[in-house]
Amino acid sequence: MVTIYQGRPGLTRRELLKRGSAAGALLIISGSAVLSTSEAWGLESTALKPETIATLIQLARDIYPHDQVPDKYYAIAIKSHDEQAGKDAAHKELIEKGIADLDQKSGAGGYTGLGWEDERVAILRQIEDTPFFQAIRGSLVVGLYNQKEVWPIFGYEGESYSKGGYIARGFDDIEWL
Amino acid sequence: MPAPYALNDDSVVVIIGSGAGGGTLGNELAQKGIDVVILEAGPRIEYEDFINDEWDSFSQLAWLDNRTTGGGWRVHKDFPNLPAWIVKAVGGTTTHWAGASLRFQEHEFKGLTNYGKVEGANLLDWPITLADLEPYYAKAEDKMGVTRTNGIEGLPGNNNFKVFKAGADKLGYKECHTGNMAINSADRDGRMGCQQTGFCFQGCKWGAKWSTLYTEIPKGEATGKLEVRPSSHVLKIEHDDSGKVTSVVYADKDGKQQSQKARIVCVAGNSIESPRLLLNSASSKFPDGLANSSGQVGKNYMRHTTGSVYAIFDKPVHFWRGTTMAGIVRDEAKHDPSRGFVGGYELETLALGLPFMAAFLDPGGWGRSFTTALDHYDKMAGMWIVGEDMPQEQNAVKLHGELKDKYGMPIPDVWFTDHPNDVAMRNHAYKQGMAMYDAVGATRSFPTPPYPSTHNLGTNRMSEKASDGVVNKWGQTHDIKNLFVSDGSQFTTGAAENPTLTIVTLAIRQADYIAEQMSAKSI
Repeated sequence: MVTIYQGRPGLTRRELLKRGSAAGALLIISGSAVLSTSEAWGLESTALKPETIATLIQLARDIYPHDQVPDKYYAIAIKSHDEQAGKDAAHKELIEKGIADLDQKSGAGGYTGLGWEDERVAILRQIEDTPFFQAIRGSLVVGLYNQKEVWPIFGYEGESYSKGGYIARGFDDIEWL
Repeated sequence: MPAPYALNDDSVVVIIGSGAGGGTLGNELAQKGIDVVILEAGPRIEYEDFINDEWDSFSQLAWLDNRTTGGGWRVHKDFPNLPAWIVKAVGGTTTHWAGASLRFQEHEFKGLTNYGKVEGANLLDWPITLADLEPYYAKAEDKMGVTRTNGIEGLPGNNNFKVFKAGADKLGYKECHTGNMAINSADRDGRMGCQQTGFCFQGCKWGAKWSTLYTEIPKGEATGKLEVRPSSHVLKIEHDDSGKVTSVVYADKDGKQQSQKARIVCVAGNSIESPRLLLNSASSKFPDGLANSSGQVGKNYMRHTTGSVYAIFDKPVHFWRGTTMAGIVRDEAKHDPSRGFVGGYELETLALGLPFMAAFLDPGGWGRSFTTALDHYDKMAGMWIVGEDMPQEQNAVKLHGELKDKYGMPIPDVWFTDHPNDVAMRNHAYKQGMAMYDAVGATRSFPTPPYPSTHNLGTNRMSEKASDGVVNKWGQTHDIKNLFVSDGSQFTTGAAENPTLTIVTLAIRQADYIAEQMSAKSI
């Protein structure tokens, strides 16, 4: 099982040195875990390489970039691929090969070594019709935007029946027209 | 009190499907003392169990059996196994529908006469007129509690409507209001008024929106003359040597095959499943499927010319709050060929929650051009285009050549390509919709492509002549006297209006005809 856990992990010097160099530069690989120091969470990988998961998180952000959405939610959105890879060898190969291909296309520093989003997106445009890219994008569109914790960031209020709908809570409160 | 009928009771009317057509017909017949069994493929989910969550509700209600698609429509690319967003549950798609209840316009019953021969289109006049339907439209509006009819007040306008109305006013549109909605604006018929909850598509948890699930069906059951069998998926309609239909074979909730005898069979499974069932019921006597001497079963599949316009403003709108579709501009619904197309379209307010907006705003879209739109989700307004599309013979529901469902029946393969008239109409509507929002200060707007179809029409069309269509003006198949079609697949043409009111109207009228014919012993 992949677990997302809260809490600030201790960092060794070696772990700090393994820090990625991409735009955010916030994700660290420690053993089988991907750690975020700034957001204080970690994600334990089970089937995929932890480096693959770190790259997937960056990839997820590049596909659906929302600067106001923390990495944690992108991590949650992609963790289903680690779970599926544990059950399905073909899926594991699809993801690992897809990431390897992405790194290879990106030059010496790999995908996360490209500092600008535009540089990474240029690589993604080359592969956007591949089953790998479509598998990631297709799962993300539900996996990211269907997280109830993400909704308030966009202002979406979700379920309203238990609050009696909006009949007394602003269904017609627009004032700027 | 629901009456349990025996499988070998050959006096019953068997209705396949419990939505706008089947559910209404079942109640109307039961009220006349006629014994009815409704076989519904989906489960019975009462309204308090509906879910205010788009994906969870979709899993709960949507028809998710495998289907395939083909043709030039974008749905084929983006949602290859989801041609339609319709419901598999008691109440059918009346659980999901938005409630817009508009009468067809007089000229729309005579498409061929009024639009002329449109190249590539298979236009035909309906064998009935608006005058024929008016008394039944009146009954349907009363039954459904349609706002702005029968002295029922309109719904109050929500934020999304207010933006829409301001744009309509700026463009000089004259007929813009909160719609003719089968959603109670106040308590009526034992159901409460709309609480502006904003999840109309997910099933109304208040029961304020009309659905056969909690109106027609319990009323019919209360007569003791109607039995609804949920989770009963019909596989085949059988007939005798004379060609009369005699029984319906279905898989029950345990997947076991049962056979229900019938005096009359009425097919109301929506425009994908209804022709599929007729085609799957082919026999040595009817090798091309039941009621298919014209070859028109499954043909002329229509889905309305749809699309959406969303726009972003510099201040909040909160468009998800309140009734999803209570807002309409009718000025473009007229037939005015000077616009570059025949027929017309309605503009209706629409909002999606964030999860569905992400899935449907620009299916397949990614990157900042896509995500910066969602970044302003709370400042969005939205509308839906619904216009008359051209019937085309090659747009069709076919049986898949290889794939079968779990009962061994070929799955439906749904083909659709826009007619050039559909494209011209959609482009006109996009332009007008975007102009409405621009006029109130939109900073960016989006011409959003059609979703999987909710309006599925025309695949067993009504015609004067048996060679042109599948059913006569009563929805009775031209070929088999005791076989009827009772859903939107009867539609000869689609008109610009949301179809439910007309489906209900035709069902009320059909019930009168069936009762007459039964007492005259002619069926």
